[in-house]
Amino acid sequence: MIPGANPSILRVTWLWGLLIAATALSWAFGHGLGAGVDTRWSGTAVLVIAFLKARVVFLDFMELRHAPLSLRLALEAWTIAVASTLLVLYWRVA
Amino acid sequence: MTHATNEPARHLPGEAGVWVFILGDLLMFAALFITFAYYRSNDVASFIESQHALNQRCGALNTIFMLTSSWCVAIAVQVARVGKTRAARRWLVGGMACAVCFVVVKIFEYQEKIAAGITLTSNDFFMYYYMLTGLHLMHVLLGLGVLIFLWRSLYAPVSHTSVRTLESGACFWHMVDLLWIVLFALLYMLR
Repeated sequence: MIPGANPSILRVTWLWGLLIAATALSWAFGHGLGAGVDTRWSGTAVLVIAFLKARVVFLDFMELRHAPLSLRLALEAWTIAVASTLLVLYWRVA
Repeated sequence: MTHATNEPARHLPGEAGVWVFILGDLLMFAALFITFAYYRSNDVASFIESQHALNQRCGALNTIFMLTSSWCVAIAVQVARVGKTRAARRWLVGGMACAVCFVVVKIFEYQEKIAAGITLTSNDFFMYYYMLTGLHLMHVLLGLGVLIFLWRSLYAPVSHTSVRTLESGACFWHMVDLLWIVLFALLYMLR
């Protein structure tokens, strides 16, 4: 199924498997896993997983791991800034 | 046959102009995600109650389609670099098929909502739901057009330029995938 033995192809393939597994884990957290103490811990896990997945996409699918550092840092900064703002708003009590 | 990229040095995938567009889009969606989270934090109970009306299976299924499509396109770039244009076209077809499945599921989901009387004006949650997913769907349709263009361009022998074009289109498509990953968490999974 996978043509050739290109290590990059094998890498994106196992990362794709990892992303699917992370989606299943996110589903579990969205359906009660870890909600015993405070549901917001489950929500925190959902958000953290989402941004870790996003990081896999830009580092290995968009290939920013090997791109000029400034571009990689721009995406890293986007991830950290958006994830932390969403987490602060999520924990904020109105 | 030209091999575009096997240099160990740092390599900018695609055209610089595409990255300006991608970064602009990411900033726009960041603002929308944060706006949604802000209004959610003002009215958590109502947002969670509305979220129960979403079809989470559709959301999860579409996440699988998006991730798989992105994976197919990432492989298409790899095989095109070593000159395997036929294989690259096949992987792009896989990517396009997943994109079409995504659109079909989304239309089904919208129909289901509208049939239940849930529209853009139902409440704040659904206004954001339609706005965010609608804007994302437009990106999916645009991306599908890009994938078709790339698939057609791979009928010509692969060159440095065509690999660069392929990388540009692929990076746009991966961004659409990345945005959906966040949308799925924010709209469907967050309790």
